[in-house]
Amino acid sequence: MGKTIAEKILSAKSGQDAKAGDIVIVDVDVIALQDGTGPLAIDQFAVLGATEVAKPKQTYLFIEHAAPSPRRELSNAHLLMRAFARKTGVNLSDVNGGVIHQRLVESAVKPGDVVVGADSHTCMSGGLGAFATGMGSTDVAIAMAAGKTWMRVPETFKIEITGRFPAGVYPKDLMLSIIGKIGADGATYKALEFTGDTIENMPLTDRLTLSNMAVESGAKAGIIAADKITAEYLREQGRPDDYIPLTADNDAGYEKIIKIDVGKLEPVIAAPHTVDNTKSIAEAAGIEINQVYIGSCTNGRLADLKVAAGVLKGKKIASSVRLIITPASRSVYLAALNAGIIGDLVEAGAMITGPGCGACVGVHGGILGDGEACLATTNRNFQGRMGNPKGFIYLGSPATAAATALNGKITDPREYIDK
Amino acid sequence: MKKFKGRAWKFGDDISTDHIAPGRLFHLRTNLPELAKHVLEDADPDFAKKMSVGDIVVGGRNFGLGSSREHAPQIIKIAGVSAILAKSFARIFYRNSINLGLPVLICDTDKIDDGDELEIDMNAGEINDLTKEIKITFQPLPPAMLTILSDGGIINHFKKNKGFKLT
Ligand code: SF4
Repeated sequence: MGKTIAEKILSAKSGQDAKAGDIVIVDVDVIALQDGTGPLAIDQFAVLGATEVAKPKQTYLFIEHAAPSPRRELSNAHLLMRAFARKTGVNLSDVNGGVIHQRLVESAVKPGDVVVGADSHTCMSGGLGAFATGMGSTDVAIAMAAGKTWMRVPETFKIEITGRFPAGVYPKDLMLSIIGKIGADGATYKALEFTGDTIENMPLTDRLTLSNMAVESGAKAGIIAADKITAEYLREQGRPDDYIPLTADNDAGYEKIIKIDVGKLEPVIAAPHTVDNTKSIAEAAGIEINQVYIGSCTNGRLADLKVAAGVLKGKKIASSVRLIITPASRSVYLAALNAGIIGDLVEAGAMITGPGCGACVGVHGGILGDGEACLATTNRNFQGRMGNPKGFIYLGSPATAAATALNGKITDPREYIDK
Repeated sequence: MKKFKGRAWKFGDDISTDHIAPGRLFHLRTNLPELAKHVLEDADPDFAKKMSVGDIVVGGRNFGLGSSREHAPQIIKIAGVSAILAKSFARIFYRNSINLGLPVLICDTDKIDDGDELEIDMNAGEINDLTKEIKITFQPLPPAMLTILSDGGIINHFKKNKGFKLT
């Protein structure tokens, strides 16, 4: 029997014929930490008795969860990370660089890599044809010291996506509907492999929205074959030589095959407090919203800001709503600025913050008040996620977010999209 | 670690790492003993005050979903919780807990009520609900996880074997 992409990568990196269920020791190509999990990993690295990082050039620290720092405890955590980077020679992306996963796909990950990050959305790099997974600080500390980690090779669910997206419906709606269908634990421990003609024609930025949210179904990885679109993306990033094609074998074994025709999709909302609590836009429309947040590793890229600007240009947001937009990285910010998108958004009433995780993780940058509701383009709506357990978070696409900002209540974006 | 007793504290389905170690307390992540005073605060605001060392957290489905923050199992352990029982666990939380030497056991938790006195027998693979006088079996841990747990966590495992010894 042939191999899934996960089995192919884990075979290559373990030097053995790996199939689902096997335990393997693999060489790690990219190791990543952020300012929420990095300080603990640095502590555990010391507890381990390690002093040298095995692969400093392939190890990346990101200061972006609380950047710039809103409190002195966090400023001190940042100092610890900077000192560690200086001492060990690992890469450091400081305040203003942007979100870990966005930065990794922009400049570090290549198809076929094994990527481990102390952040659950590390799975986003799977959109480039890598095996990328989130782990805890201690596992990543060991990977830093040894350049290796252990894994159980996951079984794979094949998600076969066909058809064309109707106007006003986006990969975010698709991914929310997939999670609604399989449930927040429906793919626990599995790898998702997204295939089909919709994926073959999908720009890389949109593929990343899918792979990013694989973990919201419990999955260990969300993988997409590396093809000419991947090659084109790497060329744009100035890394053409990092491309290798990578697909699953035709006779690979899948635990499950899920087929979806996007031609029939409508905009989808995830309602509080779980991502699989999905509603059709018709069910959610009209719910009053106090804050709209566009950003994060899921939907804070140039294409997302462009879609939002398309809805908002020449209009004004409702006076009852705050619209906060946080570009996922500095290069996204700069590209949006140069394309005139930032101006359109600001004129419509948006507040633009510096790049990073911003309001997504509830540390700063837009914490909700008691009883307030937010429509966010992020990936999680758990109770307390945006800093207040008495807040309510709805998830949707950038278009839905922009349309909602115009009305101060959840709005079907198709009213504002040219067909 | 063979056999131990504790009071059950019952929680529902989908207890996320945001419930356990909320993002708004992000600044306490470099001070785990302080963060542990807030453990599970967004699921039960008084839990840290009410619980005693040795008590057992009992969840429903998909316990520990969400963020990879290892601080979540760390502070559960630091608070003195001796084990977590749930119908299922999220992947990263499960691995993190075992890495720290915190037993996470999969079993049918519907039969357990808040306040029940439980005795866990790791070797027999059984939970004795002393209040209800019933026995509940838990799923055997996968061999790799059992090795890490018996070694007292991944750091001890790695040091002892000068690498991984799981295959
Ligand atoms: S943007 Fe949000 S989900 Fe993405 S890495 Fe930052 S905190 Fe995590």
